[in-house]
Amino acid sequence: MRSILLSAVLCGMLAACASTGPAHKAAVVDKSLNAPAAGTAQAQGVKNPEVSGNPLTNPNSILSQRSIYFAYNSDAIKNRYRPLIEAHAKYLMDHSKANVVLQGNTDERGSAEYNLALGERRATSVKNAMTLLGVPASQISTVSFGAEKPKALCHNESCWKQNRRVDIVYQGEQGD
Amino acid sequence: MRGLTRMAVAAVGLAALMAGFFGQPAFAALTIEITGGAATQIPVAIVPFAHEAGGAQSVSGVIAADLARTGQFKLVDPSGVTPPPHHAADVHYSDWVSRGADALVIGHVDPSPNGRLTVTFRLLDVGSQASLASLSYTIEPSLVRVTAHEIADVIYQKLTGIRGVFDTRIAYVSQHGRRYQLMVADADGYNGRPIVTSLEPIISPAWSPHGNRIAYVSFEKGHPIVYVQSLNTGRRYVLAGFRGDNSAPAWSPGGRRLAVVLSKDGNSQIYIINADGTGLKRLTRSDGIDTEPKWSPDGRFLLFTSDRGGSPQIYRIPSDGGEASRLTFDGNYNVSPSFRPDGRAFAFIHRSRGAFQVAVQNLASGQMQVLTHSRLDQSPSFAPNGTMILYATELGGRGVLAEVSSDGTTNEHLIAASGDIKEPAWGPFPANH
Repeated sequence: MRSILLSAVLCGMLAACASTGPAHKAAVVDKSLNAPAAGTAQAQGVKNPEVSGNPLTNPNSILSQRSIYFAYNSDAIKNRYRPLIEAHAKYLMDHSKANVVLQGNTDERGSAEYNLALGERRATSVKNAMTLLGVPASQISTVSFGAEKPKALCHNESCWKQNRRVDIVYQGEQGD
Repeated sequence: MRGLTRMAVAAVGLAALMAGFFGQPAFAALTIEITGGAATQIPVAIVPFAHEAGGAQSVSGVIAADLARTGQFKLVDPSGVTPPPHHAADVHYSDWVSRGADALVIGHVDPSPNGRLTVTFRLLDVGSQASLASLSYTIEPSLVRVTAHEIADVIYQKLTGIRGVFDTRIAYVSQHGRRYQLMVADADGYNGRPIVTSLEPIISPAWSPHGNRIAYVSFEKGHPIVYVQSLNTGRRYVLAGFRGDNSAPAWSPGGRRLAVVLSKDGNSQIYIINADGTGLKRLTRSDGIDTEPKWSPDGRFLLFTSDRGGSPQIYRIPSDGGEASRLTFDGNYNVSPSFRPDGRAFAFIHRSRGAFQVAVQNLASGQMQVLTHSRLDQSPSFAPNGTMILYATELGGRGVLAEVSSDGTTNEHLIAASGDIKEPAWGPFPANH
């Protein structure tokens, strides 16, 4: 149940981010990220009384947003993800016993080994952003799954853009 | 005995050709037919063997499929020749001259004591009516396909002068749902058997030079760790299990050391480690990603992928350290280098107009040639004789294995089993030869 809920939130978040994001600057950035805005309403409509007390899982809290998406072959964090990263950084600083694993992922194309290293660099990129905001590095670990754990399984950009991401997983939560 | 004598004659002929001052080697007695302007194909007729089983156990069928896959042969239809010859004395050469065959393969399968089989074949030169090879194998019935591959290797070597690779093995990763299996199979994709089964991903299998061990990367502990596993005993050990990512194992030519990629000191960099896990030392120092090391056949250099220049490109570095030099300049994504066994060229994946394709580059000239026309190729690796390249690609939404001849003239899908297949690696020549 929880993983289904999480997926719905992630989908909604992707759509919301895509429809409100700033203009892309690099030529390699995919322009096809414009998913229908209906996903936002769908995600916000999800109710789960069991988790509503926990800001990390409450769909109305920004802390329930756990994925940061990247352009092809890039580890640069887009501006639209600043609020999400700042919220998690603040939570980690307010809860010194909380730990996160940042899981880096890539799309399937090209080299499995290069993708493994690229996923690691994406996770490190998010870690660096959080430590710059004041989070002790000891609360953050990184791992890369490269292209090996795709969330979306088709072989075109509609899936690839969902797989180029870093997931924020709190200790004790089920990761991907 | 006679077959061995013939082999010796052919070997002398080949040596003479290479020296370049004496006559024609035995295999060159065959005329070569040119089709399509580029491919040179030898027309060969393979007569079904007497008393052979059908289907996948058909000796003549396995030989024909092996030879056809190389693109170097044109199979001449033997049907209509009655009775089909199985012994040299039964051959009417005019039958084969009229069908355009330059070479003829005949043979028979006979019962032997203790449930064994004796497989006998003969390779004949239609033009000179000479016997080029004649051998018998007494085997367990389960070894019929292996024996057919060995026969195909003999025929291939006689007719081309190049050692055959039909009796070699490949490794690949197969995924069914959440189950990952590291598989070892015959070079034609048959007889696949799992050597590792896991619920977490497995990537980057690498054959030891003697073919008795495989190094690979497993995510079973939550992050990538490099293991080395014996194919004989199934036993394995952790080669590199440092903090962070441990990946991309590559054996040195002698098998005593491996290159691995570790992120323990920050970004992914290349290290050298003894095969027993001792003596770790760092090879590359860059601010970028350095990965996919591959040793040159003489052990003096490694090729690797790095994005130190802004985009992933292929570089070369001396194996005892030093300056790395960039080798690829065409396009902004060149990855997954694999040395040709003669060390003079390498295969890699080249991205062009959004497609990821197998390419080959000559080291001396720097000249590059794209060999495939597909969209999502990965993990090219050369056959041990350098004639073919095995790679993974996507077909109908699934990962499949494919082969392309190293000149790009022949391209075929090899394994299209259920599930997703990727990360192929072609093993070395068998050690017992």
